[in-house]
Order: sequence, then C-alpha cells, then structure tokens
Amino acid sequence: MNNLKVLINGIVKENPTFVLLLGMCPTLGTTSSALNGMSMGLATMAVLIVSNFIISSIKSLIPDMVRIPAFIVVIASLVTILQMFIKAYAPEIDKSLGLFIPLIVVNCIILGRAEAFAAKNNPFSSILDGIGMGLGFTIALTLLGAVREILGTGSVFGFTCFSENYGALVFVLAPGAFIALGYLIAIINKVRGN
Amino acid sequence: MGYILIFITAIFVNNVVLSQFLGICPFLGVSKKVETASGMAAAVAFVLVIATLVTYLLQVYFLAPGTNVFSTEGHPVDLTYLQTIVFILVIAALVQMVEIVLKKVSPSLYQALGVFLPLITTNCCILGVAIQVSQGTYAAPGLEHNLLTGIVYALSTALGFGLALVVFAGIREQLSRVAVPKGVQGMSIALITAGLLAMAFMGFSGVNNGLQKLFGI
Repeated sequence: MNNLKVLINGIVKENPTFVLLLGMCPTLGTTSSALNGMSMGLATMAVLIVSNFIISSIKSLIPDMVRIPAFIVVIASLVTILQMFIKAYAPEIDKSLGLFIPLIVVNCIILGRAEAFAAKNNPFSSILDGIGMGLGFTIALTLLGAVREILGTGSVFGFTCFSENYGALVFVLAPGAFIALGYLIAIINKVRGN
Repeated sequence: MGYILIFITAIFVNNVVLSQFLGICPFLGVSKKVETASGMAAAVAFVLVIATLVTYLLQVYFLAPGTNVFSTEGHPVDLTYLQTIVFILVIAALVQMVEIVLKKVSPSLYQALGVFLPLITTNCCILGVAIQVSQGTYAAPGLEHNLLTGIVYALSTALGFGLALVVFAGIREQLSRVAVPKGVQGMSIALITAGLLAMAFMGFSGVNNGLQKLFGI
C-alpha cells in the first residue's frame, strides 16, 4: 500500500512539471512534438530510476560534506552512458533532442529526488519513486508535446486531426511552448482545486 | 563585423532563454523583482564567461582527439566522451571558487551576488553554452570557432539572458499590481507572459541574415 503511494505520488500529487515546476528547460525545449517530448521524458526517467537506486544504495558510504558533488558524479556518469546509448541505437532521437541530452545532468528533478528521497530511503522505494516521478515527467512532456503538435500542425504521433493549413504554427515555435504550458498548468490547477 | 553579428544574433535573434530554452529555472524563479533579476543576470554573466573559457581550454588540451596532451604523433586519444562529467564538475568547482575569491576580493560584489551564486551550478545555460562553444555549434558566420569567438558568444549570451530576465522581471512587477483572473494566477500567468515576450523577440528573426548581407559576410 505504502509502495503504491510512493509510485502514485510522483504522477499526481507531486507531478514534477505541473505541480513542482521542476526541469522547465527540457519541458519547454523538447516538446515541439509529442514524440520528442516522450523520448525526453523516457530518457530522463531512465537516468532518474538508476540514479535513485545507486544513490540510495551507496548513501551510507558518502560523507555528508561531499554529498552533492558525489551525486552529480553519479548522475553525470549515467547521462554519459545514456548519451552514448542513444547515439548508437537511436540517432534520430539524438538529432532532435540534441543539446538537451547532456543537459539531463542539470535537470533539477534528478538532483532534487536524489537529495529529497533517495538519500533518505531504501533502494526499493527509491526505484519506485524514480518510476513514479519519471512517469509523471514523461506524461507531462507527452501531453504538452501533443497539445503543441495538434494546435500547431493538426496531427499527433502521425495521426491527422485536421489539415495542417489550419494549424497555428506559433505553438510549434518558442512562444507556443510558454503559452501552452501556462494554460495547461491553469487547467490542472483548476482540476486539482475541485 | 563578424563579432557584432554574433553579438546581435545571440542577444536578440537566438535569445538563450526565449528561443533556445536554456536557463528557464532562474528565468521563472528569480524574476519577481528587477533588482534581484539584475543581480542574477550579473552573476550568470560572470560565471558563464569564466566557465566558457575554462571548459574550452579543457576541451582543447585534455579532451579533443589530436590536440590534447595525451595524444602523440599518429596516436590520437579521444576523451570527448568524458565531456559531460568533466564540464559539470568543473562548473560546480568554479562556482565554489568564484564564491570564495569574490568573498575575499570584493565583499560588496559578493554581498550583491551572494545568494545567486550557488544556484548557478544547476543553471542549464552555463553547461549548455559550454557544450555549444566546445563543439562549435553556435552561429559565427565568416569566423572560425576559436577561443575568442567562443568568449564573445558566451558574453553575448549572458547579456541576452540578462536582457530577457530584467525585462521579464519588469513586466512581472507591473503584473503584481493588476487583478489577474483566479485560474491563471501564479506560474500560469508568468508563463503566458513569457510566451508573449518570446513572441515579441520573434520579431527580430531574420535580422541576422539582413545584417550578414549588409556586412557582406
């Protein structure tokens, strides 16, 4: 029961994007389409799960004073592995996400969860927290990407809803990212308030 | 002329916050007052230029194949895969060092920037620009990607960041005096405002191409 709570916490109650407003750079920068948003979410989730597991396993070995640098080294190593993996097996994703893959290192969600959850809890619930938070982030990015893609080009994941001629291109460009996220947060606040 | 082009492109046309989406966290986090926003902008400019300088030298002399100190004639050693780890550690250490030096050398500046300095480690615009400069993936028409263009690019990016941050903080100060509808209060209206600001900056798109023609590059 408690485990389920940890898992759900990241998806609904403490959703990193819509509630905690963490990791805004990849959220806005990679959601020009639903597919890009989802790939970024999954990449971050992979790093988050493994880093939560490693950090919670070695937490007793790390002196308190060098805690943050040690966490950063763990996270940066994982991101490097992921970066090579994506370059080798999914070069198109590497091309479309570009700079934002190495920037997973400075995503506040990962360091934040390491500090707030993994450094205090056992490895198993840290993995669950990683899955929950990662899923929350992935869902948020996919949703934002889908909204922007539908409004901008009229199609999502290759399915066409309406002709591209009626799309508002601004939603695929930079200003649309801010505006779409602003309205999504407003809608979600409304839903959560009720 | 090429340097002026880098300068204008990085500040207006390809603004680091409003079109490249780097450094959004401080952009949304410390933009409630113009005063704190300008403090943050100054701290970022300071660290960004130093970090770019150090990471570029590290890239050339320790990581890049062929030019680093581990390579010998005919046996290049490629350490670029260590880039992410090395850069983030260097930036984290650098921020600490800047803090210590500033405390000793200029206590008044330290007082002014103090709170913002530790926050800069996790500002993606520092690592992002460091990677862009070391890989030479920024726009520098007619110029070679070297240390000087890198530093000019970093400085212009920092100014662009400062401009966006201070303008946005100014708008938010005004915004706090008007009645915002309940549903969009807080971060929601801030993001929509940022969107409109980004739209305003889109008006500069194409200026770089025009200038390029004008300068004959």
